[in-house]
Amino acid sequence: MLSACDLQALLLTLKLASTVTIILLFFGIPFSWWLARSNSKLTNLLTALVAMPLILPPTVLGFYLLLMLGPDGPVGKITTQLSIGLFPFTFTGLVIASIIYSLPFTIQPLVSAFEAIPNRTLEVASTLRASPIDAFFSVVLPLSKSGILTAIVLTFAHTVGEFGVILMIGGNIPGETQVVSIQIYDHVESMNYGAAHTLSVIMLVFSFLTLTLLQWIRRRSFAVALVKSK
Amino acid sequence: MKLAYRLSKGRFNLNVDLKLPDTGISVLYGHSGCGKTTLLRCVAGLENEATGHCSIANEVWESKSIKLKPHKRDVGYVFQEPSLFSHLSVKDNLDYGIKRAIEASKKNLDETIAVLGIEHLLEQKPAALSGGEAQRVGIARALALNPKILLFDEPLASLDDDRKREILPYLKRIKRQLSIPMLYVTHAAPEVAMLADHVVVMHEGRVVSSDSLSASLTNEKLPLRLNGEISSVLTGKIIEIDKRWHLACLSISDQKLWLPNTKMSIGDEVRVQILSKDIALANSAGDASFQNVFKAKIVAINEGDHPSQAIVKANVGEHEFMVAVTKRGLANLGLRVGNQVLLQVKSVAIHS
Repeated sequence: MLSACDLQALLLTLKLASTVTIILLFFGIPFSWWLARSNSKLTNLLTALVAMPLILPPTVLGFYLLLMLGPDGPVGKITTQLSIGLFPFTFTGLVIASIIYSLPFTIQPLVSAFEAIPNRTLEVASTLRASPIDAFFSVVLPLSKSGILTAIVLTFAHTVGEFGVILMIGGNIPGETQVVSIQIYDHVESMNYGAAHTLSVIMLVFSFLTLTLLQWIRRRSFAVALVKSK
Repeated sequence: MKLAYRLSKGRFNLNVDLKLPDTGISVLYGHSGCGKTTLLRCVAGLENEATGHCSIANEVWESKSIKLKPHKRDVGYVFQEPSLFSHLSVKDNLDYGIKRAIEASKKNLDETIAVLGIEHLLEQKPAALSGGEAQRVGIARALALNPKILLFDEPLASLDDDRKREILPYLKRIKRQLSIPMLYVTHAAPEVAMLADHVVVMHEGRVVSSDSLSASLTNEKLPLRLNGEISSVLTGKIIEIDKRWHLACLSISDQKLWLPNTKMSIGDEVRVQILSKDIALANSAGDASFQNVFKAKIVAINEGDHPSQAIVKANVGEHEFMVAVTKRGLANLGLRVGNQVLLQVKSVAIHS
């Protein structure tokens, strides 16, 4: 059913989504913790900035990224000078673009999970001899489990479904930037409806499973909250 | 133990300078908003903005040059609500502090679990516990750390009366068994009467008085009122039980005080509170239903709440009683400071 090319696109999509999810989680957790706890005035500005990709057309985002990372852009000039080369139309470029594009889907569930942890809980940990970092790993992270799971699922799914940004910055290079959504577009363009169907059905099932999983996470944390308030 | 703190939070100013006993329970008593909880939080290092001095058991935790972080202070803190970690079982909640505190030991934990009677709860998750059970686990968690000081922030305030009665005996037991100082914040008079050795009365961020419980209650100028009542608190050992009339006898300076027997046995140390209005004065013992008559000496007579009333302070050995009487009664009996007098105490009026 799947051609070698389609399979390659699928694998590339999974690789992109997992890379982006891991990187975003790694930086997103400390950043969200800071956003949730800091009294700094900067947080308002940063929260707005993080949410920008939610309302910005992906093509706009992709367009500016293309300019920034391209040979005449500020980032592009630096990367050329450091002989890393240029990011547009490479897998690394896709990763960078996807990180920005999926940022709100990581940060927002994490921030709400962290905000739900009362100050008192941290004070209790400190009177039990836990340093702030110790308390973060032993209390905050376990208590935020469902928020972290939600962030993982949303980020992964959202990156899989990306199209506009990728089209702008990644193009359509098999094995490098040709992900499933682009591949489907390609199939339709070349009137290859059968192949488009196969990939589309896979995406359809994937989306449905993702939403079911999210619902399950929500139910579970809701059930825990119910028991707590009893 | 020395505590001196200053802290400004908007319109609230905390300014205290206290020396407190190194053993027993010191109660911080006052209306809500008087700063008693804030002072407790200062001791634990939870108030970042506070400046001052804090030294406990020859260790300085806070001074001009140092301010230990909360997790570096050897405290056991019992919060108003149980505050157990919901993701951990009761056992893991108890282990959480023990793993991190150098002074804590397994032996200590087993003892604590036994004292608070929570053996059967160890495998449960906090969500499955009742309010009283959860608070007992919270107390055990603080105790198991083997701290240099125990801090209680209104530990009974969030519980209903039945749960309070459930926890109080455990608190009394802890007090008997431990030799470390305990700071106990409350605005509930019964807890002061039952637990306090020392009372610090606070008002609007300042200390109004700081003295032993008995000295505070029998202060001639400004007696400490519990629930608005002037009273005295006595501690003694049970020396006799009258099974037929359900009474137990407390030895007070070699004189006998009979009180309703509430599952007491000979040798028990019992504390009783006697309200000033439940004592009458007499020159000679007549036929009355009073079960307790003490030979006492009047040491002071002061104005009462109403112009008709006087508050008499009388000593029975080293024990001091506060008695509310009418001035006319006093005049009819011809009583003055220095006179011998009989105190008639209604035994049903005694709260243990």
